[in-house]
Amino acid sequence: MAMTGLDIYKLTPKTNCKECGFPTCMAFSMKVAAGGVEISKCPHMSEEAMAKLSESTTPLMKAVSFGQGETEYKLGGETVLFRHEKTFVNRNRYAVLFSDEMPQEQIDAKLANMKNVHYVRIGEEMKVEIAALQYTGNKASYLALINKVKASGLKVAYMLVCEDLSVLKEALSLVGDEKPIVFGATKDNYQEMVGLAKDSKLLLGVKAAGLEELYELVENIQKLDYKELLLDTGIASVRDAFTNAVQIRRTALKEQDRTFGYPSVVFINELAKGDKFMEIALASLFTMKYGSILVLEDMDYARALPLYGLRQNIFTDPQKPMRVEPKFYPINNPGDNSPVLITVDFALTYFIVSGEVERSKVPTWLGNPDAGGYSVLTAWAAGKLSGSVIAKFIKESDIESKTKCRKLIIPGRVAVLKADIEDGLPGWEVIIGPDEAMHLPKFLRTMEGIN
Amino acid sequence: MAFKTSVQKYSGNVCNLELGTGEKKISLGGQNVIPFYSFDGDTGSGAKIGLEILDIYPDNWVDELKNLYGSAANNAAEWARLVEEKYSPDFICLRLVGADPNGLNKSVEECAALAIEVAKAVKLPLVIAGTQNHEKDLKLFEKVAEVLEGYNVLLLAAVEENYKTIAAAGVTAYKHKVAAESSVDINLAKQLNILINQLEVKSENIVMHVGSAAVGYGFEYVASTIDRIRLAALGQNDKTLQMPIITPVSFDTWNVKEGASTIEDTPEWGDQTERGIAMEISTAVGVIAAGSDAVILRHPRSAQTIRAFLGKLI
Ligand code: B12
Ligand code: SF4
Repeated sequence: MAMTGLDIYKLTPKTNCKECGFPTCMAFSMKVAAGGVEISKCPHMSEEAMAKLSESTTPLMKAVSFGQGETEYKLGGETVLFRHEKTFVNRNRYAVLFSDEMPQEQIDAKLANMKNVHYVRIGEEMKVEIAALQYTGNKASYLALINKVKASGLKVAYMLVCEDLSVLKEALSLVGDEKPIVFGATKDNYQEMVGLAKDSKLLLGVKAAGLEELYELVENIQKLDYKELLLDTGIASVRDAFTNAVQIRRTALKEQDRTFGYPSVVFINELAKGDKFMEIALASLFTMKYGSILVLEDMDYARALPLYGLRQNIFTDPQKPMRVEPKFYPINNPGDNSPVLITVDFALTYFIVSGEVERSKVPTWLGNPDAGGYSVLTAWAAGKLSGSVIAKFIKESDIESKTKCRKLIIPGRVAVLKADIEDGLPGWEVIIGPDEAMHLPKFLRTMEGIN
Repeated sequence: MAFKTSVQKYSGNVCNLELGTGEKKISLGGQNVIPFYSFDGDTGSGAKIGLEILDIYPDNWVDELKNLYGSAANNAAEWARLVEEKYSPDFICLRLVGADPNGLNKSVEECAALAIEVAKAVKLPLVIAGTQNHEKDLKLFEKVAEVLEGYNVLLLAAVEENYKTIAAAGVTAYKHKVAAESSVDINLAKQLNILINQLEVKSENIVMHVGSAAVGYGFEYVASTIDRIRLAALGQNDKTLQMPIITPVSFDTWNVKEGASTIEDTPEWGDQTERGIAMEISTAVGVIAAGSDAVILRHPRSAQTIRAFLGKLI
């Protein structure tokens, strides 16, 4: 936890020599605590005091990374237990599990699914980020599996789920340069595992039977001066895995005990036991609460659409909602006969609507007045999207010179605004669009007089 | 050092509320911890699951669901009986969409007659959902509350504009429960609860509906609002926020593109029913994990999954 001015004062020599530029050590300490000045401005701090201070300023939960280049991801570094307290920072990542005992067709099918589920939502690329490669005893097939995934052309990071050191070494000779996650260290092998991970600073999964044992194992690994860790929540039961995920995060952030100050991995595939809908339920739970890597059996749109949407929401910074600049956006190369569409400047809404307009292939001018960054109904209810706001936006933009078309399509949810807008915009015809943007392609394609 | 379980004790708890009568009545709330945090204390009654049925034939629902319910969906009472026998949810949500002035605009008498038929057909507790039109709901709930006296149903929902009549008729006169609906804001939720309390309606008779959204559609505001309400209720022992929370998940999830787009429209997305179920499950888990005490779902498969999911966490 951050130190108070008084805590820092106790570490100064208390001589009030003024060399730091402050009249007293106390005044200086208060300023340091407030973040207004660097501690190094006092030339008389002991080394021991400096060490204490640096310890208190290292984050309670470590931020770690894995993967390389395009597939590099960060995990951890969280500072709060609830997003409204500040924000969650490093989103969880989804993995799909492969193993050496899977038939080739199954491996091929999973790879095909991973290729298929790859899209952009509100500016964020959505895809499976990790291939979890599990070793179950057949070394030749395991290495072949790694080569196959590598040759698939998929841009994924790897997680080598293998406790056999000699096999792991060979696996690392194939993908070691791509900074895979190594999983995992147990109480029996952790020294060798750390030895293997340390040189390239690979993220090391740590696995134990229960939290007491996990805690002890992490302490032992830290004694070897290794801190690039990922903690396994276990697969004994859903209840245990959830308890462990919460306890790990809480121990770090609330109890301020850095032994558990690491991200976690949840093998949802094991917990869901082949039930796809259960997998979605569990993945949702651990996306809400403290799972950092979530391993799934497979990926398809039924899983992806809710999970990536949920994750994108939960990891949005509450202090800065996503907005787009209020102005007119040309979509599908509009010309001087193209119609005008109105939406709002909430990024979620804007990207959904612009995506549908693109899909329609109908050239249009899509405008979004300053609606406070709110969704359509929220903006309307807050008085930020009214007839006069829209009329003013049209008049003050240069849209009337860009298109001769005087058809203005508004969101169906604010149909009530039609008369107001027309009053403020003589010469324009206001057309009420569908309620949901997904109906826009059909609506635009079949609308008379615009094509 | 050795690991020590981190325990958080709270001074407040969520009110315990009963819905329905007889052998199948249910309790909502009662917990003094965050959902599933059994290491902290008492997790209460656990979340309850309701299945949605309509007063009219569900034309807009996916074919797979229409086939599943068959001709029963033409008659709400028969439909309710089928749901009770085959899928045994914790409660049934009868949604009176036919009363909507922008739709069929059925009379309140007609709706009330149908509601009583449904109530007689099943033993499960009922949640009666209105039209979202404040004036119509006011009259609708007044009448429905009267004819359903003795069934101890939940009226979903009263808002700032109509709470006086709905809470007075529903709770004071006919001894039902009322859901207080606010728009994703802890202060609005609190304010409406206080207003309803001022009508001499006790907190044990109030459920909160604090707003809902499908995952991906502003869901973070819903989740954080519920988080904050629960932390205030438990941590600060804020009596005005200790009512159980209900979230009508299915009212949103089947309307957003992920649940509504047909396979013809988005072939790359695959089966529509699966997507709809997936959206319901994810959204339901999301609000339950934040602190919702009851969810309304549309597909029996979703209900079955959420039930199994809850079973794994107790
Ligand atoms: C998240 C949320 C908020 C967030 C704001 C998030 C944001 N940046 O907008 C917060 C918590 C801040 C909020 C506040 C309020 N909210 Co609010 N909020 C919601 C919620 C839960 C989701 C909104 C959302 O993100 N929708 C998703 C986006 C994508 O939807 P959309 O913008 O409408 O876009 C869709 C369509 O309109 C259409 N579309 C969009 N543009 C276009 C353009 C064309 C041409 C066409 C054809 C279609 C189209 O396509 C999109 C996708 O299909 C809704 C309830 C719900 N489930 O919808 C309530 C809701 C919108 N809020 C509501 C209210 C009342 C408010 C407040 C006024 C409450 C208050 N009294 O303080 C405040 C207003 C803000 C303020 N204090 O000044 C009400 C509105 C009631 C009404 N019918 O008017 C709602 C419906 C909740 C409710 N049932 O009571 N809210
Ligand atoms: S320089 Fe150091 S010792 Fe001197 S007054 Fe400042 S804080 Fe105190």
